[in-house]
Amino acid sequence: MKDQQYIDQLKDIRTIMDRSSRFISLSGLSGVLAGIYAILGAFSAHYIIHYRNHPYITPESAEFKQLIAIAAAVMVLSISTAAILSARKAKKSGEKAWNKSSRRLLINLFIPLTTGGIFGILLMREELYGLIAPVTLIFYGLSLVNASRYTLETLRSLGILFIILGLINTAFPAYSLFFWTLGFGLLHILYGTIMYLKFDRKQTD
Amino acid sequence: MKHVISHINKAFDHRIRLGIMSVLMVNEWMEFTALKELLEVTDGNLASHVKALEQEGFIVVTKQFIGKKPNTRYAATAAGKLAFEQHINALEQLIKQSR
Repeated sequence: MKDQQYIDQLKDIRTIMDRSSRFISLSGLSGVLAGIYAILGAFSAHYIIHYRNHPYITPESAEFKQLIAIAAAVMVLSISTAAILSARKAKKSGEKAWNKSSRRLLINLFIPLTTGGIFGILLMREELYGLIAPVTLIFYGLSLVNASRYTLETLRSLGILFIILGLINTAFPAYSLFFWTLGFGLLHILYGTIMYLKFDRKQTD
Repeated sequence: MKHVISHINKAFDHRIRLGIMSVLMVNEWMEFTALKELLEVTDGNLASHVKALEQEGFIVVTKQFIGKKPNTRYAATAAGKLAFEQHINALEQLIKQSR
C-alpha cells in the first residue's frame, strides 16, 4: 500500500519534470504527413525539371518560380500540419499547447533554421544553386539537434542523420533532389512512424 | 532501514511541494503563473506551499517588474536540490527494499 504511494510519487516527479522542461506533445503523425508532402513536392519538381522548355533553368524562367512555389508550399503545409496536430495532441493530454516549453522549443528550432533559410537565399543570389539543397539539409539537421533538448529526444538522432545526408549531398550536388527527397521525405516518414508508434498511440490506449 | 527513512524529507511530503521541487530541478527558474498552470493549483494553495519551501531554504524568490507588471520567479537553492535528490533516492531505496 505504502509502496504504491512511493511509486506514484516517483511517477509524478518524472511527469512534472518532463512536462515543465520539454514539449512532449509533438505529433509523430505530422512528421509522416510532412514526409508525404515532401515526396509529392519532389515528384512535381522532378516533372518540371524533366519537361523544361529550356536547356537550363534560370532564375527568370517560369520553371524556377514553380520550383520555389512548390518548396514554399511544402514548407507551409508541413509547419501548419505540425502545429495543428501537436496542439490537438497537447489538448488531449492536458498539456497547454502554448506554454514556456513550446515557446522554448520554437525559439531554439527557429534560430538555426532561419539562419539556414537566409543563408540559402544569399547563396541563391550568388548563383551557388548546387549548395542550396545541402545547406537546407544541414541547417535543418542542426535545428533538430538544437530543438531536441526541449522536446522528444528522438529528434536528436533524426537531426544527426539530416546533417550527415547534407554533408554527403555537398560532395554530390548533382543528386540534390534525390538527397532532399531522402531526407525531407523518407526520414520524416520513418521517424514520424517511430514516434507515432512509440508516443501517439500509447497515449490513446 | 532506519537511516533511509531519515532521508524521507517531511518538507516534500506533499504532492504540490513535490511538484514545485520537480519543476525547479529541471528549470533554472519558473514564474508563479507558469508554475500554477503546470501544477494545476490555485493561487493561494501554491503561495502557501511555496512559502513553506522558502522557509526551509530550499527555494528562493525573486520579485521584479517587467514593465509595469510584477513578476515573481522561483529557483531551487543548492541545499534544496541536494535535499530533493536525497528524498528521491530514499523513495527508490524504500521501493527496492520491500521487493
